[in-house]
Amino acid sequence: MNAAAQSPGSPSLWALAWRRLKRDRVGMVSLALVGGYVLVVIAAELGLVAADWAREAGVNYAPPAFAGSTDSGGPQVNADLRTNATVRHEPGIVDPLASVLNELRQNLAAAPPEAPRAATLPLGGDKWGRDVLKKAVKGTETSMVVGLVAALLAVAIATIMGAYAGYYGGRMDDILNWLYSVFTAIPYLLLVLAIAAVLNQKGTLTVILILGLTGWTGIFRLVRAEYIKHRTREYVLAADAVGASHAQRMFVHILPNVSHVVLVQLSLHVVLFIKMEVILSFLGFGVGVDTVSWGSMLNESQAELILGKWWQLAAATAAMAVLVTAFSLFTDALRDALDPRLK
Amino acid sequence: MTAFIIRRLLQFIPTLLGVVLLVFILFNWIGGDPAYLLAGKISNPEQIANIRKQIGVDQPYHIQLWIFITQIATGDFGVSWATNEKVSTIFATRLVPSLTVLLPMLVIGALLAMGLALLVAYRRGSLTDRAIMIGCTVGQSISILVYIIVFQYVFAYQLGWFPVQGWGQDFWINLIKFSALPIIVGVAVSLAPDTRLYRTFFLDEMHQDYVRTARASGLSESRVMGVHVLRNAAIPIVTNVMIQLPALLAGAFLIERFFSIPGIGREVLLAVERSDFPLIKAVTVYVAMATLVINLLTDILYKAIDPRVQLK
Repeated sequence: MNAAAQSPGSPSLWALAWRRLKRDRVGMVSLALVGGYVLVVIAAELGLVAADWAREAGVNYAPPAFAGSTDSGGPQVNADLRTNATVRHEPGIVDPLASVLNELRQNLAAAPPEAPRAATLPLGGDKWGRDVLKKAVKGTETSMVVGLVAALLAVAIATIMGAYAGYYGGRMDDILNWLYSVFTAIPYLLLVLAIAAVLNQKGTLTVILILGLTGWTGIFRLVRAEYIKHRTREYVLAADAVGASHAQRMFVHILPNVSHVVLVQLSLHVVLFIKMEVILSFLGFGVGVDTVSWGSMLNESQAELILGKWWQLAAATAAMAVLVTAFSLFTDALRDALDPRLK
Repeated sequence: MTAFIIRRLLQFIPTLLGVVLLVFILFNWIGGDPAYLLAGKISNPEQIANIRKQIGVDQPYHIQLWIFITQIATGDFGVSWATNEKVSTIFATRLVPSLTVLLPMLVIGALLAMGLALLVAYRRGSLTDRAIMIGCTVGQSISILVYIIVFQYVFAYQLGWFPVQGWGQDFWINLIKFSALPIIVGVAVSLAPDTRLYRTFFLDEMHQDYVRTARASGLSESRVMGVHVLRNAAIPIVTNVMIQLPALLAGAFLIERFFSIPGIGREVLLAVERSDFPLIKAVTVYVAMATLVINLLTDILYKAIDPRVQLK
């Protein structure tokens, strides 16, 4: 792992892999795209962009700027309330809402007139006139944070378990394998839904925990197989001879030598978890209502599409498709670079 | 063979116990007292008291666990907390709609993906191959939700070729009329990842010595590819199809939800929304059992396809 520790004559595994990756044009373009997304996410985290995504900046269902403003943008309740002071009364029937409406009108008259709403927005607006572009940026932030943190959690669990199972073997291996067979006996989505049902609370942290605690199985098997392969290698026996403890041998000596497997799995699982987060949020079991996610955007877009307002669907789909495609292609390139024998 | 099956069946026991324990820990321990969950959902306090008595909330955990194991053994999970329908009845009535959609989806999807994969593997490196592979990568990156929303909007809502959603009483009407679009959506979603996967299976086989021998002995290309390569590549493909089966038993949640198909998947989603624990517990345990059986069947099927396989 540490390039400085290598003799100057032979470049490390990582230096070699980087050299191979640089030659892979598709891989480098994907890496640049993923890097761009990461920058946007960091900017969003710091509040530099899209911090005011919840502001109703445009008219309701404001169309995208390139499509042009086609209609008046739907009913404007506030404006109606201000102007439409005459309510037709049937004789003998008292309007039960008259007092409430009058109060509202007075409040509105007292309040400063709100900022004029834009007729069009760069990528259109949603039902409340919120900027779809900003929502897409916030959705990217949510999905990438969930995907990355959940994948890190799953990889950490799987690596520790796989290391213990593969390195010690015997009883330890039996127990951890039993745990693996229990978790894989239940279809993944069903397991996720069952846990979501029990926890019964929405939120980014809940989603991360659900995905991380259930998603370790595949990585565990791979890491375990690597440790079984490595534990009898000469360098490990040598480490034993100079008095390295079991933990040192597992995590200082062997782990750097299997970390390429872990890294590729990390990358794969980010994509998997991003997809899962979108589905969970769509179903309403995911992130909270005050958080935007591509899943909640897709949920809103379902009703909008029937009204012909396609832009939120397009924005969420495009943002997700570009990231997932780039991430998948980058993962392929990473795997090829780290393990040239595969090709 | 018999010894193999018996040994595998014995191995089921610890796994199943683990699943039961996992479900128990989740729902009885972490889930806690259902009275809190149901307080806003069921207005009748007597019913809540009854539910608490049924799962034995006041009893120590080992008695609660025993109640749960008895429920699994007898197949009687009691009634749904939300609808008071018997859980076993829910299973019996929801399974057929699920399978009506999912089995054709699985078969058509596998056959199409195999055909496409064989074609692109045969023309490896050509423009067709690269175009289809790029298409698959992009197709895979689009959420299943988008496929469903767009297909439903375009083909059912705009063009009116299919009903937007719905389900009838008659099996054939259900299959032809109501299942058609869900099946198309399901196949479209699975086509991209399956084609990519099967293509690698075919490529692995196409450079084997036996393929060259078959060509050298003057067999037609269609026979070499369609019989020799296909039969060898079929082994990993069968595995891939079989591992999708358990998830199918639990239903394609999203497709059933969007198209209002009264199947098990939609029922599970409803149960999660309503905190209807008996149903989720039952589905989880039974699907886990089915998964184990299907895994065993897969191994036995290997033997049928590939006589070289030694079961041990």
